[in-house]
This record gives sequence, C-alpha cells and structure tokens, in this order.
Amino acid sequence: MKIFRVNMSNLRTTIEDVPEEWNLLGGRALTSTIVSKEVDPTCHPLGSKNKLVFAPGLLTGTMAANSGRLSVGAKSPLTGGIKESNVGGTASQRLAKLGIKALIIEGMPADDKFYCLHVHKDGVNIKEETELLGKGNYEVINTILERYTENTGVITIGQAGEYKISCANISVKDPKGHIRSAGRGGLGAVMGSKRIKFITLDDNDGSGIDINDKDEFRKAARIFNKGLLNHPVSGDALPRYGTNVLVNILNEAGGLPTKNFRMGRFEGADNISGETMYENIMSRKGDTTHGCHVGCIIRCSQTYNDKDGNYLTSGFEYETIWGFGAGCMVDDLDLIAQADHLCDDVGLDTIEMSVTMQTAMEAGIIPFGDGPGILKLLNEVKEGTPLGRILGNGADFTGKAFAVTRVATVKGQGIPAYDPRSVKGIGITYTTTPMGADHTAGYAVATNILKVGGHVDPLQKEGQIELSRNLQIATAALDSAGLCIFVAFAVIDDESVSHAIIDMINAQYGINWTVDDWFNLGRYVLRTELDFNKAAGFTKKDDRLPEFFNEPIPPHNATWDFSDAELDQVFQM
Amino acid sequence: MQVKVKLFASLRDGRFKEEMTDVQDNSKVIDIIEKYNIPAETVAVSFVNGRSTENDYPLQNGDTVSLFPPVGGC
Repeated sequence: MKIFRVNMSNLRTTIEDVPEEWNLLGGRALTSTIVSKEVDPTCHPLGSKNKLVFAPGLLTGTMAANSGRLSVGAKSPLTGGIKESNVGGTASQRLAKLGIKALIIEGMPADDKFYCLHVHKDGVNIKEETELLGKGNYEVINTILERYTENTGVITIGQAGEYKISCANISVKDPKGHIRSAGRGGLGAVMGSKRIKFITLDDNDGSGIDINDKDEFRKAARIFNKGLLNHPVSGDALPRYGTNVLVNILNEAGGLPTKNFRMGRFEGADNISGETMYENIMSRKGDTTHGCHVGCIIRCSQTYNDKDGNYLTSGFEYETIWGFGAGCMVDDLDLIAQADHLCDDVGLDTIEMSVTMQTAMEAGIIPFGDGPGILKLLNEVKEGTPLGRILGNGADFTGKAFAVTRVATVKGQGIPAYDPRSVKGIGITYTTTPMGADHTAGYAVATNILKVGGHVDPLQKEGQIELSRNLQIATAALDSAGLCIFVAFAVIDDESVSHAIIDMINAQYGINWTVDDWFNLGRYVLRTELDFNKAAGFTKKDDRLPEFFNEPIPPHNATWDFSDAELDQVFQM
Repeated sequence: MQVKVKLFASLRDGRFKEEMTDVQDNSKVIDIIEKYNIPAETVAVSFVNGRSTENDYPLQNGDTVSLFPPVGGC
C-alpha cells in the first residue's frame, strides 16, 4: 500500500511508501495519527496548514461484511479540535483496492479556481472544475455518471462546502447513486478551503488487497458475518425498520429531547416513528432495506417516497428525524424527509442543522412547530444569504448572533437525539469524547436503553462512566478497522464476533494480536486525540454540558448530577 | 385493575398499538406478555411508566406497560 499526497498549493501529487509505524493503523487510527503528526493544533482550520485525510480501515476491501467505511480526518472548523467522521458509500473500498492507505490533501490554491481530483491506480489527476460549481450533490453525482461510468466512486461537497460554513459535510455516492455523509464537524468546509469540489475514484486494475493467510481469514470472516446475521438487532430490526425505530423507545423512556431539550417525550412521536416510516415506505412502494456499501449485510438504509410514489430521500436516520421532528416540535414525517433531502443535496450535517433550527426557534426567527419555516431557512443556507451563513455555521454561532443562551452543544458541536439527563451514559460520552457532542463515539444508549451488553439504568449515575469509557475505547478500535458501528451490537453481545474481528486482522496482516492489543489500539487513538485537543487549547471546562442542563427534564425529572471531578476522571487512563 | 399496554415495532404485527386492559390485582409484567400470546423471548425491553423493568415487576392500577422486541440503531 502507499500514501497518496496531494498538494493543492503547487497542484502536485506524490506517492510515498507507508512509514513502518503506520503499517497496522487504518481508518480513524490513521487519520488521527496523521492529523496529530502533521497539523499544527493551533492552526486555522480553513487555512493552508490544515490537512484533510481520507483513510479506509484495516479490513476495508476484504470479504468481511460491513467493512467498507471511510474515515475522514482534519482539524474541525466547528469544534476547533481533532475530528474523525466516517461514512459508507463507494469511496473506501475503491481506495483500498487501489492500494491507497491514506489520501492526504494539504496546502491551498493561491488563486480563486476550484478543482476536482481523479484518483486512479497511477496517481491523482488535478483538473480545474467550473461546470459543477454552485451545484448540489445530487447534480454532481448524476453529472459524473455521464462523465465517467457507473462504477466510479464519488466524494463531493455541496454548496455548503463551497461556502466553507461549519455545518458543511462531505458526501459519498452510495451503490444506488444516493448520498451518504461524513456528517459531523464541518469537514466539507475544509474540503472547500482546499478548493476541491469533488473527488472521483476509478479502481480499475487496482492492486487489490493482500491477505497473508486467506484460509484463516475466510474462516474468521464466516463467523463474523454469521454473527451479524444472528443478532436480532443487526440481523432483523435494523434491516426492517432502520434506525428510526428508536423514536418510540426513546419516547417511552423519557429520553427523546423535545422543544430544544425541555421535555423527554413528544406528543407527535408516533407520527415520526420508525413504525410509521415503515408503513409509508411499504404503501408508497419505497425500499425498506438497502445497504450503503457493497458487502453490507445489515442494510439499515431505505428509500422513502412521497405520497405520489416519487423518490424523496434515503439514509433517513433517527437523529435527523428527532432533530427536525421532536426537537423542533414538527410531527410531519414527509416534511422532515424534504428537509433531509435538502440537507443531503446542499451538503449539510442534519444533526448540526437541526440543533441550529432549534436554536433559531429559540431566537424567534421562526416559531416552534413551523415545518415550512424550517425548509425556508434551509433554503437561505443553500442560497448563502447572510442569515443562511449565520445558520450554516451552527447552533453556537446562531445562538451568539441572536443572544440565545439555551444552545445545546459540547465543544461547539450540536447535542444529538438522546437527553443526557435521562440517558446518563450518553451524557458522559457527549462531555468527554474528543469529538464534541457525538453519540456514535461511545453509544451508551445500547446498554442504557436497548439492553444490549447488559443493562445500566439510564436514570442513575452508577456504572455510566465505566460504560462510556469502555465503549469509547472499543468504538475507536472499530472505527479504525473500517467497520460499520452497527456491528457493535453483535460484538457487545457475542464474544465470538469480537474475536473473529481480531482473527481476521491477524490473518490479513500476519500478526498475533490479542483482545488486549485490539483495545490498546482504541486507547492509543483516544490518547492521540486528547493530546491534540489539549495542544489546541482545550481544557477541562470543555468537558461540560451547557448551563441550562441543570434543569430537570420531565417525565422523570431527571437531572445532570455528575460533578466536575467525576467527569475529569473519565480519561485518567 | 386497569393498565395501559403499548406495543412497538414487530410486536404490533397481528396485535395493536395501544389498549387499556383489565388485569388481576398483583399482576406482573410477564402476565401482560402472556395475556397477548407474545413469546417471552421476543420481548427484549419492557418499561413500566417509562422505567425499565424485569418480567416479575408487580403492576399497579393505572400503570403503562411498554413492550419492545430487540431494536437498535445509532
């Protein structure tokens, strides 16, 4: 494998050998290592000293199911700290097949031109791009279909990335031509600052993946794949209902943040639930199950059509529906689907935008419950109006502009769809992960609410710190393997599945990792990221929830009752 | 006594979303599960009044019982 390095200051590409110390790193481990090594933690995230790193995972490109995730890393314009965001779609496996361990984009063009990159087995072509400037992601993907072939992978930014606003995401074409997102942290703005509109990937004649012991690999992969299918969540619930099945269970538990984190239940919950979504998909002839990358056997995505049976959106996730729904007091699932589509096309993180909308409603720009108002404001972001630029820079920025104190963020990143007071394990994750308020970084909801990996009462403090810490470590390792986070349900409940992951890695790389080595990889990733953030200026005060979380939240009147000292001991590793 | 029973996801198949029902005093969560012919192993999570319970949890008049099959997401 090689490192492909693209310098946007002199428009030159170099192909380098992989340094020995990076051999057993992939995905998040590799992006965080490179960012930590090569990016000045105090640099301006939209300046020439930031770098944008794409890396497939350790298992990407193999026959392991659900191993096609791509990690994208940089210093985040949203949080000011280190960021790794991962995504499915058609990019990661192509990078792996091309033998590209990491694609590093550095520098910045001196002029005003925008460019596109074409990655192939011999290197990277850098070309000026004019036709697709100012266009949305769907048009980029469809145009590339005409310029290249259906088999071309695509990484793209919408108008938001071109505006370099902090809600901008990086999108990847999925096997059906729909859109998956490296959502959080404003990485689309970093790509825009490097003046790259899109990256195409042609893996024809790529060298492919080297596997040291193919028989051992195949044996372990069979156990892993079977374990995913056998677990009721990955094998049944996710393919059928997608992630939106969570609306009703969080609502019953009193953990569904409603009206900008005032209540834990929403009257309109059933209207926006996974059960309702399933009924709509079936009656409108959508697709209830589809995978976001080749080799995904969990297939949690779907195609959601409007009342006339026309495509409305896909990859329609719980957090999006929570945010524009319960958060904003809107109970119209079709309207929320339009918002999802708009965000996908403009290239906006739906979690960040929905927390921003809640802040906008708090400010009185539009009232709570105003669904059409949400679409109007999203269109302002798309047009790049002054109000749009305020909103497109996130909840904190919007709150500052309109003097709103009730802004739900940690380290500048919007708090997702689980209330930290009534789901205390996820609260520990929100406050302590180096990523900012990120629910995927240590998904304690699994054990607090879903009874996966045992049960820790979400309303009590006991056991939450250990739960969040262990999940953050395990997740950092999974994120480095290119594995979809949804393998975690089977991993947590079935030891044979987690052992199979380590067996596959050992068979592929000819090494002898134990379970300890695997978790040490996770610890190493977290330590690297925590050190970067410290050097970037983060202190203990950044590991806190906003002040207004001292309110109790109905129905359980749960409170956030962790002391500063308790939060500070989470990562005394 | 009367309790409200709420079913979710695949547990609704061939049954209902929500209904009020009469049960004997001293009933437990498992009695509700059995009353509606729900195979016990298909219930992964049960709440009484929004708090997670085991199957032997004793019910009181006016309680709400919410039952879920294994579900997940992120």
